[in-house]
Amino acid sequence: MYQLLKQIVTTGIVTEAAPHADQSLRQVEQRFSEVILKHFGRALAIRHVDAGSCNGCELEIHAINNPYYNIEGLGIRFVASPRHADMLLVTGPVARNMREALCRTYDAVPEPKLVVAIGDCGCTGGVFGESYASCGRVANVIPVDVAVPGCPPAPAAIMQGILTAVQRER
Amino acid sequence: MNKAIEDLIVRGAPLAGAMPAFRVSITAGELRDVCEKARSQKARLVALWGSDETTRTAGYALHIALALPHGLLWLTVALPRAHPQYPGIADLYPAANRMQRAAYDLVGIEPQGDADRRKWLRHGSWPAGVFPLRKDFDGADGFPPSDDRYAFVKVQGEGVHEIPVGPVHAGIIEPGHFRFSIVGEKILRLEERLGYTHKGIEKRFESMTLEEGAKLAGRVSGDSTVAYAWAYAMAVEAATRTEPPPRALALRGILLELERIANHLGDLGYLGNDVALSFGFFQFWRLKEDLLRTHRELFGHRYMMDVIVPGGVTRDLPQGASERLLSRLEQIEGESATLKSIYDEHAGAQDRFIMTGQVLPELAARMGLNGFAGRASGIRHDLRVDYPVPPWQQVEPRIASHTRGDVAARVSVRFDELAESLRLVRALALQLPPGAICAPVAGCDGGRSGIGWVEGWRGEVLVALETHDGNRIHRMHPHDPSWQNWPLVERAVLGNIVPDFPLINKSFNLSYSGQDL
Repeated sequence: MYQLLKQIVTTGIVTEAAPHADQSLRQVEQRFSEVILKHFGRALAIRHVDAGSCNGCELEIHAINNPYYNIEGLGIRFVASPRHADMLLVTGPVARNMREALCRTYDAVPEPKLVVAIGDCGCTGGVFGESYASCGRVANVIPVDVAVPGCPPAPAAIMQGILTAVQRER
Repeated sequence: MNKAIEDLIVRGAPLAGAMPAFRVSITAGELRDVCEKARSQKARLVALWGSDETTRTAGYALHIALALPHGLLWLTVALPRAHPQYPGIADLYPAANRMQRAAYDLVGIEPQGDADRRKWLRHGSWPAGVFPLRKDFDGADGFPPSDDRYAFVKVQGEGVHEIPVGPVHAGIIEPGHFRFSIVGEKILRLEERLGYTHKGIEKRFESMTLEEGAKLAGRVSGDSTVAYAWAYAMAVEAATRTEPPPRALALRGILLELERIANHLGDLGYLGNDVALSFGFFQFWRLKEDLLRTHRELFGHRYMMDVIVPGGVTRDLPQGASERLLSRLEQIEGESATLKSIYDEHAGAQDRFIMTGQVLPELAARMGLNGFAGRASGIRHDLRVDYPVPPWQQVEPRIASHTRGDVAARVSVRFDELAESLRLVRALALQLPPGAICAPVAGCDGGRSGIGWVEGWRGEVLVALETHDGNRIHRMHPHDPSWQNWPLVERAVLGNIVPDFPLINKSFNLSYSGQDL
């Protein structure tokens, strides 16, 4: 126990400042009022859905939970059920084998809801494109508010996308 | 070595390339006999896949890759166009079950005998009787969703109930379906259904040049991008008779070991998290982030994607950069040793780790468990050790091993491999050969083949490549070690309680995308 406590104390707090929102990532105009956004901004619940990614984007979504980015420190947390979520964070081109699961997950999220597509594949279909097995970008299957490019996007870019979705356009 | 297998190798042709490999054509009639003999000689099944040869010869082909002490044996069985059938081998090599089903779904070649004929990758995205990897199939075709019924094995009896989980899981994880049959808290049976992330990777390769394929190969399974990029480059270099410079090989070795370190750090953190030791998650993920930032600084990408290309590598490691890397690794080494002693002495964590999710060596050998999970169950195989081709021969990797096969054994092997990889990176960086980092890749006709075979952090990654005229790809099969290991997760959980499933699953951390393709 001594060693564990010593490690915590010597590590200290490594969390860095959160990135600012970037309105250029928006796919549609902000749909929600100031009142709703104020609540989202203080306690946002996210459900992640891998709709067919290579697992690269997942690595960076895990990373935003690490102590450097500490997304929970902003009141944003990942939840186990879409029924508890305000936002879907969707990765990958949408594999046709995942289309129904993605649509049902989207339907299960209560209104008002937001969707952020993560990664080049989520934005455009990426290197996998559209085919007999892939529906391509996430917006081909469900409505997308914000899309974050990158292969995979860096953790700060993913946080920026999430924060952009819950901010007022200025 | 059995005489019959020796004769086969003599009959076949040695393949050019970095890894020792032989290619032999056999008839469907010989297949079971060859596999039985191979099995009795403890040859391991590496992969099984199909191909459409109607544009080159008369029909289709079944391909089987076996690991022998000499190297890789690539068996090809020509199958007739009218009835492409072959005797199934899943009774000899249980891991072949899902591979045979995938080969049917994609190419339409069918195992005979009492084979499991349920679909595997198809689900409802394309209709029965349509085979996407046939040459007359246009990859751009889409179909309306069709019937997706699947016959799970039903467990009956008093007090048995089912828990269906997925494809969308509770954590940040890839999609797949798990059907648990439960009595009380204990798992009586688990059946996996995968294939949800099937996105047509193999068909896509066939529309690409050898050069274009490198980017896609690095995205078959994102956490193993280095292993796949190297295996792909190795296969292209074999097919085109390209010799990558020695400096490039040493740099590839460094990249592969850094990928192993990063993945083990991340998983060791999650294994702490899964036993309510969230301290472990935050500490290990801090170290992983430090390493990823160093990757970004030195190689231009946090996961080192697209650094390995056919012919060599795109980024060098100059003296100053090498020193920065080594000092980062020294910090990680010191801190992970401290964290190991904290894990080792944490009674709560050890209580959850020990005797949880056990795979005994006999079962692991029979089912073909590979990679670090295999080494935690007494399977002493590691491609870097078994076939020490450059750059491994000059640094002599030491194999990590354990025999208990439980979560604690997999944690122990991961810690050992983490320490060994740190040593290997240092050894490779300190004796980097001088010279170029990339050789030009020669043009290539159709009909050439090449093998890439790399010990990735999870296990053996195989790339089997056949070329088409004009530097194009005729068939490219990337094979993930998860094909072999997923069925062992079904076995490891038996008798365990449901809440230990995430812990057991994470201790293997298998790829969905890599096997769904």
